[in-house]
Amino acid sequence: MPKPPVTSRMELLQGTLDFIVLQALRWGPCHGYGLAQLIRSQSGNVLQIETGSLYPALQRLLRQKAISTEWGMSENDRRVRLYRLTAKGRGRLAAERSRWEQISRAIAGLMIPPVPEDT
Amino acid sequence: MSILEWLPRVRARRTAELSDEMRTHLDMATTDRIARGEPPDVAAANARREFGNPGLAAELSRDQWGSIGTWVEQLWQDIAYAVRVLGRTPAFTIAAVLTVAIGVGGSTALFSIVDATLLRPLPYPHPEQLVRVVDDYSGVGSRGVGMSIPEWHDLERSGIFSDISPSWFDNNNLSGLPRPQRVSLLIVAPNYFSLLGVAPRLGTTFDPRDPTPGFNQQVVISDGLWKRLFGGDTGVVGRVVQLDSDSYRIIGVMPRGFQAPGDTREERGTEVWPAFGFGGAPLNEATIQSRAGLFPSAIGRLAPGITVADAQRRVDALVHSLRRQFPADYPEERDWHVRVLPLADSVAGDVGRPLLLLLGGVGVVLLIGCANIANLLLARASARGREIAVRQALGGSTSRLVRQLLTESIVLAAIGGAVGVAIVAATRHALIGALPDSVPRVNEIAIDWRVWAFSMATSLAAGIFFGLAPAMRARRVDITAVLREEGRSNTAGLARGQARHALIVAEFALSLVLLSASGLLAHSMWDMLRVSFGFNPHDVTVVRTRLPYPNDSTEDLYPTVGDESPFVREVLRRCKTLPGVRDVALGGGAAVPLDHPYQDQTLLRLVFERGEGRGDHPLDVTGSEVTPGYFGVLGLSLQRGRLFDEHDTDASPPVVVINEAMARAFWPDQDPLGRRIKTSPHAAQWSTIVGVVADARTESLAEPVPPQVYTSLYQRAAKHLAIFVRGGAEPAVLERQVRDIVQSLNPSLPVFGAETLDATITASLALRRLSLVLIALFAGIALLLSAIGIYGVVAYVVSERTQEIGVRLALGAEGSQVLGLVMREELGTVTIGAIAGIIGAVILSRILAGWLAGVRSLDPLTLAASAAVLTAVGTASCYLPARRAARIEPVIALRG
Repeated sequence: MPKPPVTSRMELLQGTLDFIVLQALRWGPCHGYGLAQLIRSQSGNVLQIETGSLYPALQRLLRQKAISTEWGMSENDRRVRLYRLTAKGRGRLAAERSRWEQISRAIAGLMIPPVPEDT
Repeated sequence: MSILEWLPRVRARRTAELSDEMRTHLDMATTDRIARGEPPDVAAANARREFGNPGLAAELSRDQWGSIGTWVEQLWQDIAYAVRVLGRTPAFTIAAVLTVAIGVGGSTALFSIVDATLLRPLPYPHPEQLVRVVDDYSGVGSRGVGMSIPEWHDLERSGIFSDISPSWFDNNNLSGLPRPQRVSLLIVAPNYFSLLGVAPRLGTTFDPRDPTPGFNQQVVISDGLWKRLFGGDTGVVGRVVQLDSDSYRIIGVMPRGFQAPGDTREERGTEVWPAFGFGGAPLNEATIQSRAGLFPSAIGRLAPGITVADAQRRVDALVHSLRRQFPADYPEERDWHVRVLPLADSVAGDVGRPLLLLLGGVGVVLLIGCANIANLLLARASARGREIAVRQALGGSTSRLVRQLLTESIVLAAIGGAVGVAIVAATRHALIGALPDSVPRVNEIAIDWRVWAFSMATSLAAGIFFGLAPAMRARRVDITAVLREEGRSNTAGLARGQARHALIVAEFALSLVLLSASGLLAHSMWDMLRVSFGFNPHDVTVVRTRLPYPNDSTEDLYPTVGDESPFVREVLRRCKTLPGVRDVALGGGAAVPLDHPYQDQTLLRLVFERGEGRGDHPLDVTGSEVTPGYFGVLGLSLQRGRLFDEHDTDASPPVVVINEAMARAFWPDQDPLGRRIKTSPHAAQWSTIVGVVADARTESLAEPVPPQVYTSLYQRAAKHLAIFVRGGAEPAVLERQVRDIVQSLNPSLPVFGAETLDATITASLALRRLSLVLIALFAGIALLLSAIGIYGVVAYVVSERTQEIGVRLALGAEGSQVLGLVMREELGTVTIGAIAGIIGAVILSRILAGWLAGVRSLDPLTLAASAAVLTAVGTASCYLPARRAARIEPVIALRG
């Protein structure tokens, strides 16, 4: 029984992961580990991703110029790479958000029947 | 800093930074976990589990960095890795490299020849516009019947050609030098060189608009002659030389490597080009006006924008109207046509097909070699299954693994290809030297970028071909199963076995095709040599001379038969006294068996008496002028009537001797003796047929004997003379002896071309023999490769099934039964291969028969013999490893 190739698992996550990373960077520059922590805590420990897969996503966003990077210091004085949203990244985040909201509204509409107004 | 240096450096820095970053990430995660109270080792392990596979994450991250950089980096890694892997198994690597080297080297060598002779455009400006224009009498099956001067002018005026130039090959006697020389001469119209667009290395060429109707007494000479006779003297321009006692001024020397684009070996070897207006002496007015074929053919340059097909269409239309305009000159029965063919094709002549056959043959060898390497790689893949599984488990992506395995194959193929091409480049001169004279444009063979590109492409294709199956198989490796069972998965093994057997079937089928092709060629060669020639070439040497043909006929020393005969008789008488000589005869150039340059051919335009032959229309038949002794010297046997004798002279009624093919063709079921023919429409007298000789294959060994007419040299003169000597000294010595005799009679005559008839026959078969030898060699290599291939597969199968066989033996199976079991399965493979091969061979033999004259189409004997050889070799190659199976010690097998 052949197992599904590794790459396909990553690809499934790709679009969503990019969105999550952009979303997390809204609060300001952050390093890789910090992002992983942030995503975990904000999703209420629901998103169990391999944190290593953040790095391909970060490199992809860098190439798309949605984020930028520089060397900086972490809160406990380690030399780390800090990532921050660019103007382009903000624009994309806004677009993705509105798309996301549309979709989730649509799905919510399908899942929860509207309450009759006259009652 | 160049981009090639810059790219790896930047990438190396970014790679280091990335792994730094990931390490920091893991450190921070571990620190946090310790802070939350986890023991340090558990914390580190948990952090790593949470992170996932760092190697894969790093690789996927790097993949984001722009495609070219990644690609270059990965390619470089793969190549470096491939070289390491190949270095670890030197025996396999050497075997594979040699196999590829043979295949690619052989194909490259043949491609370089095919490229020079067939593919490369002719080395003139706008070569696509150059054509040869040839007249045919399709109605009587005669091709290249010669073009007349009015026809040339018609074509010139047609607007189809921007230039058209008749040319006429001849030998000539160059005198005025210490020793008279025979030189090969191409009489051309003055526009010849400007039409081709080539400039001389020294001096000038002819003025294309020179209005001189006859010879303008100017010649251009070849670089070879310039060096041979004038020692490369730059003062040669302006010098006057004597050609057939006429004076000519040398005006130019052609560059080195310039070859006349002729359709015969002789024309390509042209050394002297005189310009002739084709409108004056030595041609008389009747000849100039006549529409009977005069010069062999013309070369032309098409007008701009006209393709060869357009030109052919327009020439056809012109021919159609000319046939209506001159019905007496172009009788319907002859079906006169004018053919326009690309000049390059006419130069390539009939060597194209044998060369392509050889290229195909070596291609098959390469294919079989590739199949073998694929088999070896499949066997290795099972050995490397564990390595591949481990790499996948560690996060190597599948596409990357496939690419890596393919890179390995391509590196292997590239090394093999490089070795092959290096061998070809090193042995180039010997290879070119081995080519027969009949192969044109040999001087253009070069190991240049085209040949390199071909060998690179071939190697690359070979690498992909033999690497694809093993690489694809790697994709389907079941990691857990392989890791658990150390690569011994039965289903995978079975699938692999099928692939390997399919390759073996293909190898055997292709080998059989090659074997039967070589058998077929050998058989037809054997037919040619075994079936009686009809003449006896052994111990006969031919020496040639040529009587001058001065432009001014009043200077001709031998204008009539009566003037020539005393010379001929004296040469005969004196040659008979040479030591060891048993018999001597003389004849025209056409009387020399199997060596007929155009200028030696005599086509007699026969006229029959009304109601005989094929009616009263003239018909072209090959004729030879001979002295009475000719038939005895060559061993032609008289069937009916009588041969010539000394009394058949210009003073007695003309007589002819014909061959049996002629008798059969024109007087079936009748006695030809006593019938009368005219040897030309202009002949004043009828010639009586006095004898019929047996058919002799003097025209061609491959094709059926054509009708032939022999005339007496004492009744019909010839300028190109051949002296046939039975016995006597070796050719070089004999040539000297004959030269002394001839030049004591006339010091201006050259004597040349001494060759035994056996050597002439060998030369006429040279290309055929080369094809046969090479195809046989290819077949041998193919068979050897197939034998190695099946040996390897059987050995592998036996080793895979050691346990199973052990169990069988332990349960009481006889060794012979086990042997039978293994052999049965493998011989099935060989049989399928043989059946597929027989089908392929039948198809190929059909093609060959159409391609090469004298090759039979379906030859059951050859086919059966090839299949038998193949099966025997296959059985033997199976038997050796299968016998090992029968000798397996059950205890050891089961324990292992």
